[in-house]
Amino acid sequence: MEGKAQRLPAHVETSEHKHPGPGRYVLVGTALVMLTATEVAVYYIEALHGILVPVLLVLSAAKFALVVLFYMHLKFDSRLFTGLFFGGLALAASLMLALLLLFRVFFGG
Amino acid sequence: MWTFLGSECLFFGSLISNYLVSKGKSLVGPYPHELFDIPFTSVSTFALLMSSLMMVLAYAAIQRGNQRGVRIWLLATAFLGLVFLGGQFYEFSSFVREGLTLQTNLFGASFFLLTGFHGAHVTIGVIWLLSLWVVAMRGGLTQEKSLNVDLAALYWHFVDVIWIIIFTVVYLIP
Repeated sequence: MEGKAQRLPAHVETSEHKHPGPGRYVLVGTALVMLTATEVAVYYIEALHGILVPVLLVLSAAKFALVVLFYMHLKFDSRLFTGLFFGGLALAASLMLALLLLFRVFFGG
Repeated sequence: MWTFLGSECLFFGSLISNYLVSKGKSLVGPYPHELFDIPFTSVSTFALLMSSLMMVLAYAAIQRGNQRGVRIWLLATAFLGLVFLGGQFYEFSSFVREGLTLQTNLFGASFFLLTGFHGAHVTIGVIWLLSLWVVAMRGGLTQEKSLNVDLAALYWHFVDVIWIIIFTVVYLIP
């Protein structure tokens, strides 16, 4: 093996310097735990029940974004991957909206 | 993998929609607020979130050629996945004891369908992780094969992301 230039696969070479290190991953993990703890705390605070749904949705979206951007490294990868994933996600969101409207979930029907 | 995950968004989007459409339409109990144990499910959620951290540390380890690190973090990820599955098994069992099954009411049907399919995905993920761990123990998971860990990691994080939505939409939003 000595003297032979070891060439790593493209995905290793291109991502090695771009992807965050373990320190950043632990930081994101801590943020995820804190956001989850906040969600559960908000659930139990009576005074916040009037704004419970929007607060929970925002906290959930923040957790979603942290995992997708950092752990699934979309922030550092090709935009093609972002398009493929968010294309599916947009279709799913449209499907959900259509079904909820069709069954009049927003109107208490 | 990204195309597959995009299609999985549609799959779980349909199941979550089904749950939301059925929500509050059960004619007989038991109802969600009588059954849900939020502190218990929060601990399961914590286990799954931490498993994602372990997974990404396994990925970081293989990128640095740290064989021992890959083995440890892969095993830790699979273990936390099993903790989550154990929690789900306990939760399902207690719900059945309380009288909620797939056939009881709309809540039971849509709840077990959604969380059951998610649990099946976690089970597949655990099997995948343990297979990778066996390969790593045999010395077959080198830095050149980091894509194998990356693909498993993407799947595992996706399962985590879906649970983030389920935990909020099903358990926390009244």
